[in-house]
Amino acid sequence: MANAPAALSSVSADSDGPILKMTGITKRFPGVRALENAHLEIGAHEIHALLGENGAGKSTLLKILSGAHAADAGTIELFGEPVSFASPHDAQRAGIVTIYQEFTLAPDMTIAENVFIGREPGSRLFVSWRRLAEDTRAITDKIGLKRDPMTQVRDLSVAEQQLVEIARALSMRSKLIVMDEPTSALSEAEVANLARIIRTLKAEGLSIIFVTHRLEEVFRLCDRYTVLRDGHYVGSGAVADTNVDAIIRMMVGRDVGALYGERPIPKPGPVALEVEGLTRRRTAQDPHAIELVDVSLTVHRGEILGLAGLVGAGRTETARAIFGADAFDEGVIRIDGSPVKFSGPRDAMTHGIGLVPEDRKKQALFLSLAIRTNMSIASQEQISRGWFIDEGRELKLVEEFRRLLSIRMASPDQLAGLLSGGNQQKVVLARWLSLRPKILIVDEPTRGIDVGSKVEVHNLLIEMAKSGIAVIVISSELPEILAVSDRIVTMREGRVTGEIARNDATQEILMSMMTFHDGATQGRARAS
Amino acid sequence: MTDTRAADPSPAGGVDVFGFIARFAPTLFLIVLMALFAVIEPRFLSEINLFNVMRQVSITGLLAVGMTFVILTAGIDLSVGSLLAFAGLVAAAVEKGGLENRFTVGEGGVGYGWGAAALAAIAVGIAGGYLQGLAITRLKVPPFVVTLGGMSAFRGAALLFAAGGPISGFQPSFTWWGQGKIGPVPIPVIIFLAAAALAHITLRYTRYGRQVYAVGGNPEAARLSGLNVNRVIASVYVIMGFFAGLGAFVLAARLNSAEAVAGTGYELTVIASVVIGGTSLFGGSGTIFGTVIGSILIGVLLNGLVLMNVSSYIQQIVIGVIIVLAVAFDTFAKSRRRKV
Repeated sequence: MANAPAALSSVSADSDGPILKMTGITKRFPGVRALENAHLEIGAHEIHALLGENGAGKSTLLKILSGAHAADAGTIELFGEPVSFASPHDAQRAGIVTIYQEFTLAPDMTIAENVFIGREPGSRLFVSWRRLAEDTRAITDKIGLKRDPMTQVRDLSVAEQQLVEIARALSMRSKLIVMDEPTSALSEAEVANLARIIRTLKAEGLSIIFVTHRLEEVFRLCDRYTVLRDGHYVGSGAVADTNVDAIIRMMVGRDVGALYGERPIPKPGPVALEVEGLTRRRTAQDPHAIELVDVSLTVHRGEILGLAGLVGAGRTETARAIFGADAFDEGVIRIDGSPVKFSGPRDAMTHGIGLVPEDRKKQALFLSLAIRTNMSIASQEQISRGWFIDEGRELKLVEEFRRLLSIRMASPDQLAGLLSGGNQQKVVLARWLSLRPKILIVDEPTRGIDVGSKVEVHNLLIEMAKSGIAVIVISSELPEILAVSDRIVTMREGRVTGEIARNDATQEILMSMMTFHDGATQGRARAS
Repeated sequence: MTDTRAADPSPAGGVDVFGFIARFAPTLFLIVLMALFAVIEPRFLSEINLFNVMRQVSITGLLAVGMTFVILTAGIDLSVGSLLAFAGLVAAAVEKGGLENRFTVGEGGVGYGWGAAALAAIAVGIAGGYLQGLAITRLKVPPFVVTLGGMSAFRGAALLFAAGGPISGFQPSFTWWGQGKIGPVPIPVIIFLAAAALAHITLRYTRYGRQVYAVGGNPEAARLSGLNVNRVIASVYVIMGFFAGLGAFVLAARLNSAEAVAGTGYELTVIASVVIGGTSLFGGSGTIFGTVIGSILIGVLLNGLVLMNVSSYIQQIVIGVIIVLAVAFDTFAKSRRRKV
């Protein structure tokens, strides 16, 4: 491979052939083949979905494309010329910019500085702030980021920060933007906005590689797709010529069939948890906190209550208040009919409540610690004799849940950070199940995990409810809410806007309950 | 994918060369260094010299054992040297029964004996550590700042307590703890290794040990798993204080003297020992075994340089460079094996 990024500006971008052609890409890591003879072809003006389960090789392929890894074998052709990138910088100079899920912005610097970082206009010594602002404005206007270029990035929402990343990519005159799960942290409205911007970019001649776990986005936005599985190329084609079932089949290599079969709604058991009038106001210290206004809900034993709402609706805040993780101003929580007051998560746990938080890596896992510690940390009393951990009991516990939840791990001493997303989530679920909770709140149970694992986690939740646990599932994905819930409560802006039985709910109905709120009339429409 | 690194392989089946090297690098380096000194300067390997190195290492080693707890929670304690000086003076005053006979050499004065002196030193250490732990957890001031303040405050307390001068001349029953031997093995070495063994067991096999790692690895996850994060954080500064007090007692016994400037610059050696031993400054990963190796490594390095007549100024430069290189190597090795 020649180590010279071609002078791309001179190459016509509207030639008919593919702008990017990766052929026979193979990458081995010690003991593992991450990629074996993988292909990827991206046409001009194309939004291309790169699909596959976690561990399928998407990230490795993209890292090779972005210059972060070197391939062991294979060729990359850009506009028909073979290229090789020794570093991300090389790839950027050749016109390929990758936007990762975790942004690479400097929070204390301004939008303009972040967009032109390292390439500020001006003389050799001094930055021309005026030109910096103007140049930035020219780009941000185009992608609908309506912010002063001199705003600190810290003050932007996640969606806006993503636009800054896109602006940076555009400022490098890139031809191909790679977006790794750009929508996973966005609300529905923000996703729609991002989709609009991506279409604009496409119209201007750019191509985009789009990685996502939300298949509906593929059909809404993308032109073509490529599916990888276990490091191998499985297939590619035009999105218009396929359907969700076919793509899922390609991704998991088996027929998932009807992902969720018909499931009778169980007869509700006695009320396990009652929340009445939960209210949390903003404080001077935290003026941006999400308020809760008079939130009331009940969960029965053996039932899964779905808590639906857009990002910022107050679902997570409700869960954290119930669990004692955040304080609240007013309201009563009753467990099995008697009122309780928690001073912290520890209290809630002794009353049989568990919480699987929304951000697995930041709030649940100890990535640098062994799987066994991750599983047993909340149930230390059970596996200890006095001050000492009884390793025999601990290993028995790990083995029990490894089987029960079919967790794929090398050994109990493997670090949790080395597991795939789905297995990590199962480890967190095991942590709580080992406490035999009466009430389990699961916030975004399948965020960022692949389709096959999703179904597994959903079935686990259903099994938990069957065993008599009262389960609350919070999810931003309506198909998920519809798949697992027996009853659904919707929230918007810190308020409960309605309640509906699963059999009466559709995505459209839920979406309208989550987005429109006209007092008590529609919101309280209680279907039974 | 959830993570940009997600598709990289797990180490399950493969040979994790960098992981292996990263894990045993301090030990390997120690062996290489000892071999090197043995060749250049044969006196290095003599029994007397080796026990001498171990005795020199034992005080900072004791502190490093405590510091390992602190750094495992992603904290830091800069006040160890000052707290040690203060605790040592209190122990000395207790041994001598007050400040009147401070300059009497030999068995002058009617004191309270070594036992009360040791307890006093440890009590001062624990109290100092607890105060700092409270400031960190209740006032939410970063450990770096709290212990930087403690570094100054305890040094001031020591100077104030002793009015600037040393307290020396203890009874043999006291000095035995610093100068005595069992067989050929100096007592401070025994205390150091026993403390290290106890700390190892605590971190590796107890519930409390797991909690220290968990709080250091991810404090938010620890809280949401029902751990009392503030209590764990405060406790590691108490443990650090305990070792500062114990170290103060042993040091005063060894030198047959306590003074307000004792332990100056110890924080550097102690933190270096822990870090060179592979404990991450970001918390959640590290071992007592590594800390012991790290402590001995610094001792051997200094001893070898002394034997080779290298100036003590240059020794300081060498230590500084080694700390940076150790962390750089650790980061490098981790980046090569990172495959989350």
